[in-house]
Amino acid sequence: MTQTLLSMGLMAASALGVATFPRSVLIFLLFQGSLVFVYRARIPELLRWSLLVVALLVLMPVIGYFNGYYLEVATQVGIFVVLALGLNIVVGLAGLLDLGYVAFFAVGAYSWAIFGSPHANIIFGGGFPLAGGWFYPFLLVGLCTAAVTGILLGLPVLRLHGDYLAIVTLGFGEVIRVLANNLDKPINLTNGPKGITPISRPPTPLGLPYGEYFYFLVLLLVVVVVIVNRRLEDSHIGRAWEAIREDELAARAMGVPLVRMKLMAFACGASFAGVMGVLFSAKQIFINPESFTFLESIGVLAMVILGGMGSIPGAILGATVVTVLNLQVLKGFSLWLNELKNAGVTVLGYSLADLPTQFEPAKYERMVFGVILVLMMIFRPQGIFPARRRQRELTTPGG
Amino acid sequence: MGMDFDLLVRIFPEVLLDGIILGFMYALIALGYTMVYGVLEFINFAHSEIFIAGAFVGVEILLGLQARGLLDGFPWPFVLLLALMAGMAASGLLAVAVERIAYRPLRGAPRLIPLISAIGVSFFLQDLIRLVESLWRNAFNLVYPSIDALNLRLELTETMDVSVKSLVVIVSALLMLWALHLIVNRTKVGTAIRAVAEDQAAASLMGIDVNRIISLTFLIGGAMGGAAGVLFGVQYGLINPYSGFIPGLKAFTAAVLGGIGNIPGAMVGGLVLGLLEAFAASYLSLLTGGAFGAEYKDIFAFSALILILIFRPKGLLGEVVRERA
Amino acid sequence: MPLFEARGVTKRFGGLTALHGVDFALERGIASIIGPNGAGKTTLFNVFTGLYVPDEGSVTFRGQALLGLRPDQITTLGVCRTFQNIRLFANMTAVENVLVGMNSRITLGLWDVLSHNRRFRRSESDLAARALGLLDRVGLQANANVVARNLPYGDRRRLELARALASEPALLLLDEPTAGMTQGEAGSLMRLLRGLVADLELAIILIEHNMRVVMEVSDRVTVLDHGEKIAEGSPREVQASPRVIEAYLGRRGAAPRGARGA
Repeated sequence: MTQTLLSMGLMAASALGVATFPRSVLIFLLFQGSLVFVYRARIPELLRWSLLVVALLVLMPVIGYFNGYYLEVATQVGIFVVLALGLNIVVGLAGLLDLGYVAFFAVGAYSWAIFGSPHANIIFGGGFPLAGGWFYPFLLVGLCTAAVTGILLGLPVLRLHGDYLAIVTLGFGEVIRVLANNLDKPINLTNGPKGITPISRPPTPLGLPYGEYFYFLVLLLVVVVVIVNRRLEDSHIGRAWEAIREDELAARAMGVPLVRMKLMAFACGASFAGVMGVLFSAKQIFINPESFTFLESIGVLAMVILGGMGSIPGAILGATVVTVLNLQVLKGFSLWLNELKNAGVTVLGYSLADLPTQFEPAKYERMVFGVILVLMMIFRPQGIFPARRRQRELTTPGG
Repeated sequence: MGMDFDLLVRIFPEVLLDGIILGFMYALIALGYTMVYGVLEFINFAHSEIFIAGAFVGVEILLGLQARGLLDGFPWPFVLLLALMAGMAASGLLAVAVERIAYRPLRGAPRLIPLISAIGVSFFLQDLIRLVESLWRNAFNLVYPSIDALNLRLELTETMDVSVKSLVVIVSALLMLWALHLIVNRTKVGTAIRAVAEDQAAASLMGIDVNRIISLTFLIGGAMGGAAGVLFGVQYGLINPYSGFIPGLKAFTAAVLGGIGNIPGAMVGGLVLGLLEAFAASYLSLLTGGAFGAEYKDIFAFSALILILIFRPKGLLGEVVRERA
Repeated sequence: MPLFEARGVTKRFGGLTALHGVDFALERGIASIIGPNGAGKTTLFNVFTGLYVPDEGSVTFRGQALLGLRPDQITTLGVCRTFQNIRLFANMTAVENVLVGMNSRITLGLWDVLSHNRRFRRSESDLAARALGLLDRVGLQANANVVARNLPYGDRRRLELARALASEPALLLLDEPTAGMTQGEAGSLMRLLRGLVADLELAIILIEHNMRVVMEVSDRVTVLDHGEKIAEGSPREVQASPRVIEAYLGRRGAAPRGARGA
């Protein structure tokens, strides 16, 4: 009974809190924390899911009304949740450490960016950009191009293991980045470091403003991707992937076609990133190679590791925590520090205004990722919400 | 044919020199990767940051001397030696610390776990260097102060001259490589390292303290990386906390090219890759009429990496890794 | 036409000839392959199942050549094996291990999985029922949902057997299935095998060191030594063969009995 009251109360109170103090990062974090609490609380399933649905479909947009930035954060979280779920298939289920995952995101993003902006006119001489409505079929185009890219990457790396596979995928990710940066000659495909803009957006239903539109679209895609993931996991495909991860030789001896299964893992994982890439470019209106670097690949990996490899709730939690850390906590810390500096606050006799100007906490994402990865590996390799099986593998002794 | 053949020939000696310098640098960095892989069968992803940390320590020493007006006062070999020793010590110790904190607790775990930890350390160190430099100097894109004596150019032939700097870099690298060769092949410690690399269990049964040897391996490999860092700074001038990543990846390519775990292999691989890259950088744009230029030299190295790992993972000189049961 | 036939199988590793012109054929029942350590028995299995490509010789199953096929293709044809050092999927449950074994018999596609259509749901429940049935047959039904790494040793061997059976093989290759078992456990496993041969029209090839087991359960015994076949026949005949005795015990000594070979 207490858990029921607590969960409802926390959610309501924090939502109200955000409405009252829209600038307070802490209260918004509290609201997010309340969602996690509701997810784990011992309350009837119906109540749990009703609360979560209300929170995501009603409360969040309302909060967005008071502070548009929070809605933006929520949307970004959603994008990374899908990316984490995609990487989860490759790394968590099939055990293939892909360090260049962002390449698939880039492929999807550029596919809409090129055709959904006047840029394609440079290549084809006219007829572009495609009307905004083409965005929807392009979600499918992005899915397919990314899947094909995944298969192309998968083919040569099939026989590699562990470390070498990781490095080759890293190299591949870098190749895609350098290509994106330099394919502005001889034919201008990607417009190099200048990026592509303006990218068309679809017309929104019911005249929704774009902030809310993309939030709901991302939410819908998250739901779809979770369902797809679940279904893959609980099928012969998912079991084959896990068998490959456990013991490739034995899996093969039991009739599992390694090549086909590994390619399928790459293709499925890549396709999620491809879809989100298309959405990302429509949402941002402007993309350039800077959004698709090794940093992003490792970021998504950190999300999967933090949440728990092979675990769907884990991937969701990991994506949320890491994105919020970077977009809100670090940034908030930066802003707060600036306020303190301007106010002339001193700490232990040292005036904060004397802090070097180059020191900006918001820029320390790498440190955040690094610390997460190292600490998780040492103290809790199975993640915060471990996949049922992973927990047993990594905690029982015997290696 | 439209190709300026004369130009190709004229720039050849310069390109060759660039390639050799680059090659030695890759070789020095590659040693760190290969020694650690030989002993632990583990890619020390953070080695690229250990390399650049050495560069930063070196630049701090030089900037410190410069601030006191001592940079051109002391003889340049002394100054350079000081920077090198400092860089090597710092990198070596950093490598040992990293091993103790982030890798040793994961010794028995499945292979992916320490690899992920290493990636984490790499990222952490990048921003740590940034943090330290931001707080200390309010700047993290640093330029190596130029030492007048090193900028002199010597005439080798009537058409070719070379800077003292380049010669110094080459000679220093050679000395390091030779010193390493002596250590690994002529000392007790080196024999112990080779023993642990070949069969850890047997080595420990022979009375070798495996943990100490592993730390020593990291120390030596890290020191080599640190030396490479200082030389890198001296040669190319500009460093930032993130400039270790790409050379690190390329040096790893070199290590694999020569045969991972194989120390002479790392040296050979480094040279080969350095030369290939220098030639690609200079000739690619000439040969393709400007369509694909020096920017693609990175793709060149990455593609080489991918191709080697797929088609000849044992490298040119063959792998030297533990016997598998 | 014999069910399974291998002729002149030769396999070299560098300077070492692991197998030299080995012939082997099986029509039905249980055949055992025995021999001192290092005789090449597991190497022979690896050749049969596509893990190694022989330098010479041919291997056919139901008239179809197996050489050049991948291990998973060979399993799909109806030949399945277990491993000397158990290779279970340690972190999957017993049921899941068996379900993976059924992979080659599943005809569902990606679309079926994603849409969860009736075909998929019916298939999954069929598979689950069959998997439990197999576990029941080997006596593991009580541990169906236990993670494989937590199973006791004897149960793990049984699970490997159940998993191999899941692929509906016509020929089963078991590599030292009674290793580490007590005589009692070994005996009951052998009774189980006999039952399988009778019920499922299965042929079995065993690699074994436990002589008592071999003599009791085999229809035919083949002896390998240093990569060559040195004897073949009924258990009685092989037991009395002087060449076999010599291979196991050197120039002097009695018939191989009981404990592992020299």
